[in-house]
Amino acid sequence: MQDGNHSEHHPKLGFWRKYVFSTDHKIIGLQYMITAMAMAIIGGLLSMLMRLQLAWPTSLSPTLARLMPVAFSGGVMAPEFYISMVTMHGTIMVFFLFTAVLTGGFGNFLIPLQIGARDMAFPFLNALSYWIFLLSCIVIFSALFVTSGAPLGGWTAYAPLSAVPEFGPGQDLGMTLWITALGLFTVSGLMGGLNYVTTILTMRTKGLSMMRLPLTQWSLLITAVLGLLAFPVLLAAAILLVFDRTGGTSFFVPAGLVTQAGPVMHAGGHPLLWQHLFWFFGHPEVYIVILPAMGMASDILSTFCRKPIFSYRMMVYSMVAIAVLSFVVWGHHMFVSGMSPFLGSVFTLTTLLIAVPSAVKTFNWLGTVWGARIRFTSAALFSIGFVSMFVSGGLSGIFLGTSASDIQLQDTYFVVAHFHLVMAIAPLFAAFAGLYFWFPKMFGRFMNETLGKAHFWLTFVGVYAVFFPMHILGIGGQMRRLYDPTQYMFLQAQQPMNVFISVAAFILGAAQLIFLFNFFWSIFGGKITTEQNPWQATTLEWTTSTPAGHGNWSGELPTVHRWAFDYSVPGEAEDYLPQNSAPVVAKK
Amino acid sequence: MADGTGPGRVTPSGVALAALLLILIVASLWLFIAKPYWWTPVASQQGADIDFIFTAVLWVTGIAFVGVQGMLGYFIARYGAKGTERASYWHDNPKAEAILLIGTAAILTVLVFMGQRVWASVYFSDVPENALTIQVTGEQFAWNFHYAGPDGAFGRQRIELISPTNTIGLDRTDPAAKDDLLSINQMHMVANRPVRVRLRSKDVIHSFFLPNLRVKQDAVPGMGIEIWFTPNLAGDYEIACAELCGLGHYRMKAFLTVDASQDVFDTWLREQTAQQ
Repeated sequence: MQDGNHSEHHPKLGFWRKYVFSTDHKIIGLQYMITAMAMAIIGGLLSMLMRLQLAWPTSLSPTLARLMPVAFSGGVMAPEFYISMVTMHGTIMVFFLFTAVLTGGFGNFLIPLQIGARDMAFPFLNALSYWIFLLSCIVIFSALFVTSGAPLGGWTAYAPLSAVPEFGPGQDLGMTLWITALGLFTVSGLMGGLNYVTTILTMRTKGLSMMRLPLTQWSLLITAVLGLLAFPVLLAAAILLVFDRTGGTSFFVPAGLVTQAGPVMHAGGHPLLWQHLFWFFGHPEVYIVILPAMGMASDILSTFCRKPIFSYRMMVYSMVAIAVLSFVVWGHHMFVSGMSPFLGSVFTLTTLLIAVPSAVKTFNWLGTVWGARIRFTSAALFSIGFVSMFVSGGLSGIFLGTSASDIQLQDTYFVVAHFHLVMAIAPLFAAFAGLYFWFPKMFGRFMNETLGKAHFWLTFVGVYAVFFPMHILGIGGQMRRLYDPTQYMFLQAQQPMNVFISVAAFILGAAQLIFLFNFFWSIFGGKITTEQNPWQATTLEWTTSTPAGHGNWSGELPTVHRWAFDYSVPGEAEDYLPQNSAPVVAKK
Repeated sequence: MADGTGPGRVTPSGVALAALLLILIVASLWLFIAKPYWWTPVASQQGADIDFIFTAVLWVTGIAFVGVQGMLGYFIARYGAKGTERASYWHDNPKAEAILLIGTAAILTVLVFMGQRVWASVYFSDVPENALTIQVTGEQFAWNFHYAGPDGAFGRQRIELISPTNTIGLDRTDPAAKDDLLSINQMHMVANRPVRVRLRSKDVIHSFFLPNLRVKQDAVPGMGIEIWFTPNLAGDYEIACAELCGLGHYRMKAFLTVDASQDVFDTWLREQTAQQ
C-alpha cells in the first residue's frame, strides 16, 4: 500500500497524470468504469430525447430547435434523428456501458483481488484492451456528429438497410463509424477475455479451488469464455458488412433491389445471413451482460443477508448451463424473420429450456434471503432490486420465447419492456450494488449511504414505472423504434400511457444525478474507510488493505481454507469467516 | 424451516421495499385484469388461438410473478438484522431443489407443446383451396398489394418497368396482367375466406403487421415468403410496418378492409381495376 492512496487529496489532474498509462488492473478497471459512465450519460440523454418525442410527437420544441437546428428543423424532431437516437442509445448501452462496466470495469478490478493474485496474467494486454476500448468509444461518439447523420439501422444493424448507404441518411459515414467502433470493441473484448480466462484458471492463490471461487469469479470466467466464442462472430460479420459496403461483395444483399435512385448493383447475398451471424453473437452477448450481474448480486446479497448463498453448486451449474444454451437460442429473435418455421419450433424448445437454470437461480436467491439477517445498505437494496428486476423481465421472456405468442409481440414494446428489465435494468442494479459495495476498496472512502438509499428508492420506483407499462403498450401493438405512435389509430388510445412513461423516465433520469454526484463527491469527500473489511465480508479482496496498493497484498498472498460463504456459522465467534481463516482455529 | 438464533427484526427499509413490491403486484394485477389498455379486437381465426396461448402463458407467469415477488417481499420485511442475532446456516436442500427444477421444467414443457400446437396450425397447415391470393410487396415506405383479378393469374413483373405509378414493375403487355390490380396502401379481403399472402420486399426488410389479425411476417428482399390466415370479422383495420426500415418507418402504414361478403369485395376489385 506504498502508493496505494491514489485518490486522496490529489487534484484530479494529478491523478490522471500519474495513473493514466498504468498497467495495474485496479486502475484499468476504474478507467473502464469511468469511461463507461461517461458513455452511460450520453446514452441516457439520448433516451430522454426519445421519451420526449414519444410522449409529445408533434409538439414544438423551440429550445431544442435552437440547440440542434438540424435535428429539430422547424421545431419538431426529424424522424431520421429519432431513429439515430434509438440506434445510438442501444449500441452505447449494450456495448459501451454494460459490457464495458461489468467485464472491463468490475472484471479487471475484482479478478486478481478475489483470487489472490498480484495482477492480471497479461498486464500490458490489459492496458491495451482499455485503450482500444477508449478508441472505440471515441469512434462511436463521433458518429453523433456526422453531417449526413448518425446511423439509423438500430443496434442490430439489419442488412440490407445497413449494407447499402442509399437506404437512408446516416447509412454512409455514420454507419461506417458504427461498424468501425464495433470492430474495435470486439478486438478489445477479445483481449480482455483472454486475460480473464487465463488469470482465473492459472493464477488462483493456494487453496482456492474452483469450487471455492466466489460466484462473481465464476460468472466472470464463464462470461469471458462466452466473449471469446461470440465476439469473433460479430467481428467477422462486421468485416463482411464492410466488404458489402465498400468492396462490391454481396454477402447480405440479394439481387434485384431498387432504391429511390434506381437499381442496386448487388446479387447473390442473403439478408438472413446477417441476422444469423448477429444473433449467434447477440444472444450470448445478452448473457455476457447478465452473468457478471448475477455473480456480483449473489455475492453481495449473501454478504448483507449474513447467510450463505443457497445452493452454491446449483448456482455454478446453472450459469454453465445458461452459457452453453445461450449458443443455441439465437433463433428466437427471428421467429417471424422468414426463417424456416421448423427452426422456430426448435428454438422455442431451447429457449424455454434456458428458462430452467434461470428459474433455479431465482429460487436460490429466495432461499438465500429466507431466514437471513439483512443489513439494509445501499448495496444490499440494489442487489435485492436486482432479483426483483430479473424475475419481472425474465418472466415476460416466456411470452417471447413461445413462438406462437411471439408472432404478435415481436418488434413491439413488449420486447422493449422485457429486455430492458432483464438485461439492462437488472445488470444496472447489480452494477450499482457493486459500486456501493466496492467503492471503499477502490477509493478508501464510502459513498454516502443517505444519498445511496434515496438513489435506490427513486430508481426502483422509477424503473418499474417506466418499463412495466411498456409490456401493456406492446400488447396493444405499439411497434418499437416508432417515431410517432399517434400515426396509427389503434395506438392513439394508449398515448396517455406513453406520456406517463416519459414523465417517469425524466424522474428516473434525474434520480441518476444523485448517484453521479454521490460517486464523484465521495471520491474526495466521502467518509474515510478505517477498517480493512468494512462490510465484514469473506472474500479475499477484504484481506488486504483498503484500498489495496500495487501488488494487492503487501506481504505474502493469502492462503484459502474455505468457500466464500461462511456467514453465521453456528458456534463461531464472528458471524463471518474470511476465506483465508484456517479451519478449527476459528478465532478469526 | 430452521431459523437463526432469534426472530429477526422487521425493519423500516425491509417493510418499505416489501410495500413497494406489494404495490407492484397490485398494480400489475390491475393492468392485466382491469385491462385499461389491451389487445386490438381480434379479427382472425389464428388470432383467437394466439390470444389463447398468450393467456395460458399469462396465467403461468402471473402466478410465478406474484409468488416470487411476494415471497421476496415477505422475506425482506421479516428477516432484518437484529443485534448480534445470527442468520440460519443452511445452504443446500437437494430434494427441494430437485422438485423445483423438475416442476419448472414440466410446466415449461407443457407450454412448449401448447405453443407448438398453435404454431403448427399457423405455419404447418395447407392453404385451403378457396384461398384468395394477394402478392404483397413492401418498399420504403409503402405497401403494394397485387391482385390477380378474375383470371386468377398474376402478370409478369420486371424490375426495369418500375416507376412512380407502376411501383412493382407490372408488365401490362403480359396477357395475365390485363385484369391485375395494383393497389397501394389499400388492402381488401373477404371475411371467412382464407387469404394467402406472398410477401416480398423491393429494398430493405419490412414486417407486414396486421394487429387485429395477429399476423406478423417479415418481408425480406430476395425471398418470397408465403403465409395464410382467415379473417373472420368484417371491418376496417390498420396495417403497419413492424421492422425498422429507414427514416419513414413510422409512416409505412396501410389500410385493410375485411369485406363482409365476396360480392362487396368483387365490386371493389372491379371499380379499382376500372380506375387504373
